Amino acid sequence: MTTAARENPAGRIVRINGPLVEVEDIGLVAMQEVIELGELRIPAEVLKIDGNVVTAQAYEYLGGMCVGDRAAGTGRPLSAPLGPALLGGIFDGLLRPLGGAAEFLTPGALGAHSAPGPFAFTPEKKVGDAAAGGMRIGVLAATGGVEHRVLVPPGVAGTLDWIAAAGDFASDGVIARIGDRDIALTELWPVRIPRPLGARRAAAAPLLTGQRALDLFYPIAKGDTAGVPGGFGTGKTMMLQQILKWSDADVIIFVGCGERGNELADAMADLAALKDPKTGRALLERTVVIANTSNMPVMAREASIYSGMTVAEYYRDMGYDALVIADSTSRWAEALREFSARAGELPAEEGFPARLASAIAAFYERAGRVTTLGGSTASVTAMGAVSPPGGDMTEPVTAQTERFIRCLWSLDRDLAYARHYPAVSWRLSFSRDVAIVGAWHAANGQPEWTRDRARAVGILSDADRLASVVELIGLAGLPARERMALLAGRWMREGVLQQNALGKNDASCGPAKQSALLALVLALYDACLEQVGAGRAAAEIEDLDLSAISRVRDDVGPDDAKGVERIRDTLMAKILAEPEAPSAADANPKPAATAQPEPKAGAKPQSAAA
Amino acid sequence: MTEAEPVQLPVTFTGAKSTNGPLVVIGGVEGQVGWDDLASVTLPSGEVRRGLVLEIHHDLAVVQLLQGTSGIDPGTVTVSFEGRPLEIPVGEGWLGRVWTGMGEPLDGGPPMLSAQTRPVNGSPINPTVRSVPADPILTGISIIDGLTTLVRGQKLPIFSSAGLPHLELAAQLAAQANAGGEPFKVVFAAMGLPHADAATIRDVLEARSTSGDLALFLDTADDPVVQRILTPRIALTVAEYLAFECDQHVLVVLADMTSYCEAVREVSAARGEMPGRRAYPSYLYSDLASIYERCGRIRGKPGSLTLVPVLTMPANDITHPVPDLTGYITEGQIVLEPELHTAGIYPPVDVLNSLSRMMRKGTGEGRTRADHPPLAAQMIAGIARSQQSRDLSDLIGAAALTDTDRSYLDFAAAFAAQFVNQGVTETRTLDQTLQLAWNVVSILPRRELTMIPAADIDKYDTDGKDGKHG
Repeated sequence: MTTAARENPAGRIVRINGPLVEVEDIGLVAMQEVIELGELRIPAEVLKIDGNVVTAQAYEYLGGMCVGDRAAGTGRPLSAPLGPALLGGIFDGLLRPLGGAAEFLTPGALGAHSAPGPFAFTPEKKVGDAAAGGMRIGVLAATGGVEHRVLVPPGVAGTLDWIAAAGDFASDGVIARIGDRDIALTELWPVRIPRPLGARRAAAAPLLTGQRALDLFYPIAKGDTAGVPGGFGTGKTMMLQQILKWSDADVIIFVGCGERGNELADAMADLAALKDPKTGRALLERTVVIANTSNMPVMAREASIYSGMTVAEYYRDMGYDALVIADSTSRWAEALREFSARAGELPAEEGFPARLASAIAAFYERAGRVTTLGGSTASVTAMGAVSPPGGDMTEPVTAQTERFIRCLWSLDRDLAYARHYPAVSWRLSFSRDVAIVGAWHAANGQPEWTRDRARAVGILSDADRLASVVELIGLAGLPARERMALLAGRWMREGVLQQNALGKNDASCGPAKQSALLALVLALYDACLEQVGAGRAAAEIEDLDLSAISRVRDDVGPDDAKGVERIRDTLMAKILAEPEAPSAADANPKPAATAQPEPKAGAKPQSAAA
Repeated sequence: MTEAEPVQLPVTFTGAKSTNGPLVVIGGVEGQVGWDDLASVTLPSGEVRRGLVLEIHHDLAVVQLLQGTSGIDPGTVTVSFEGRPLEIPVGEGWLGRVWTGMGEPLDGGPPMLSAQTRPVNGSPINPTVRSVPADPILTGISIIDGLTTLVRGQKLPIFSSAGLPHLELAAQLAAQANAGGEPFKVVFAAMGLPHADAATIRDVLEARSTSGDLALFLDTADDPVVQRILTPRIALTVAEYLAFECDQHVLVVLADMTSYCEAVREVSAARGEMPGRRAYPSYLYSDLASIYERCGRIRGKPGSLTLVPVLTMPANDITHPVPDLTGYITEGQIVLEPELHTAGIYPPVDVLNSLSRMMRKGTGEGRTRADHPPLAAQMIAGIARSQQSRDLSDLIGAAALTDTDRSYLDFAAAFAAQFVNQGVTETRTLDQTLQLAWNVVSILPRRELTMIPAADIDKYDTDGKDGKHG
């Protein structure tokens, strides 16, 4: 970092190669300082300083720029304005507002803008009070569902020499003074530098996403990290947008990083129309969108995930649980690669720079549950989509991401092809937060959560293993108990894992309904096992019309556990009812229930019985 | 742009310092030539070739010639710079004509002239002004209109492989597509096509061209590679003007994007850039996005720009970088399949691999017909189910199948023969397409039609109320 007061003599551009420029005679600049190029003052970031020659990457298109055009330092690294005008807004990768900007983004179009406002400020401290970074000194009247708390910026300490009386201020208005430092509603923060925190704490509670495949099977704790790899068409964006809409974080930052413009427009329209179940306000009001679609300048894409993370930390510091979703980190990594190739860095794997791993770690490691400087407990949870080229999960971005995240939600092309959504693979996904989340559920009235989950995972892997056996020997060759396991696997997939993102009742699923659906499948499975154990033919049970199991999730309300239990009782009665007539189609007249031991829950799936 | 007195345009230099591949290096340009500016290189014969400034370093400018450097003696050329990026005239004058990939007349007519010009690279649409595509384009092709509906403002590619009739399909689509009576224009850019294919396309599209609704850009396989990089951009610049300034619905067909990507790779290699996957440059994703993302709709404007890129997958490999990166940017894909083609089905669309992500928004009540979305979902589910029946039949023999499984096999056969199969000049109305769909779906027992509301079955399924087989 540099001091802001430094005066720079104007530099001269001597080389232009795409977004890479070389500047001479710019005087004192620091690494990663932002310099401004030409009359349009296009921002660029310093990458290399070699004597009198400074190399920088421009954040916009440089068409028409000449050798000899001037360049000037700004005295600060790439910084984002953090203030009350963020929620509900949509910004580019450098956090410049896109709302109200021109229809077509020409270079320089996103320069100066007026400060939004006014915001009604109410002081909570008085002159003479001691002040330190992170301390709350006032609050803004709620403009959305999230109260905006005004804090002393990190690194500032002393006594409050002046604080404004209650009143209206623009977003850049000064509301207090500590020593010789004016405290404004909007502060600048360098996006590549993590905002300071009091202390890191262990994760303790789940971030509920409303998606059963995640919350029940691969849960994430608030303050932890998840990666979502999946080839195109596997529904990454759809799943992340479901989380964007329904997760129980206080503030959500969505970084659309090198993705589709139409999809983003669609998501924005949905967010504006949907209501937050907690506050009754439009979901958009708790959301900050950073949009750097795939055709916007590549270099701003590289900065966008840091901008998003900085905004998340800003709300964390106010005491909120923030969630940052980056879709897709692969496009961000590609921007990194594109640039490092131009800058002449030595390529490592697949042309990515050797620093790829540290760059990915630097992003995910900014997540965490913390005690803020001001003393509150708050968190930043981070999720990143990964788009492996050709669906190759061994490529560097996927492989490096797996090292640093706590949860992997791997999306499977075969499941998507079979229209099984969300296509979260139960073979390739993992969560290291199961114990934490299980303990939380146990403390919140669901002691059976961990046990039920383990059984469910076991059933899925048994069903997979048995399905490959059936391909070899046919269903009729399987003992009755195993045939019930296959049936339970199908119920688990259709009744619990699959979720209809467009369904009124199923788009989001509350924790009680989640557990009820899981309990429903487990109870029916137990009943079936009991029946075949008592000598009933497997085919008889298979022929029962139990298709209601896959419709329960759509038929009862988003968190209606009672409704699920009612349907469970009807289905249970169906299974326990005396058969009307023995089925002629039964190919397994003598159940061989004891011929094979019951597969262990959690057994590894095997490819073939041979 | 400098403190010195303004530069007089155009600036002209005599003689270049060196040439290498498609690149020409010119000296003494400091302060007078901008990056990405257009250059005109005049040969002693009077021939003029155009180029773009790739890099400026002190007083040297590296210019990439769009028509190659063959026959150029660096000492004898004159190079002038216009002080602006490559721009083309825009207007309705492009319509009804045939042009080269660089926008020069190919039909003996006069060159395109207009007071209005636009840079061919365009500018990104501000994502906040986009409106969500929500109205269908009808192509008269059953499989597209019925199951992978094209929506105004969408980008929906056709993935094909060598030997399949993707050009026929693209041409049929360009010839037949309409927006239900609203003003509709087509811009067709052919890239790297053999002469015979180019001639066929020209013939198929002649009627539409004559009526002044279509602009055809033809870049053939033997044209200089570098100009192929401009062809899609010129086509899109023409289309953007028609869509967003003249309030038209515009369909742009780009065939074949694989040729385009090969041109990008060739130029990248000539520039000595580091090769990425399969030697394509690492910026291929961003480069393709700068083309594909130019489609869309803008809030408050009646026009739309819809894009259908056509690409051939080398060795029918969908993980090849060109289809892979395209799939990551576009909103779905229509995949052609060799097996169906061998079976004589046209268009040979692989239904289960094909998807239109915008279809949900562009079909149904008020867009197409209320019964359309559930009917389409039922057909796709039926085809998925029929594959299981076919696997089973292969395993245990058709005789041992249940009636239900047999009805699925009959359904799949009728689906291919009656619904998908259609003539290359045959236009079906939406009602015809949906009627065919009902005919085919009613082969299944009624109890299998779980995705369609009962009222719709009663209304449309005239002969299958209790199932032909049930």
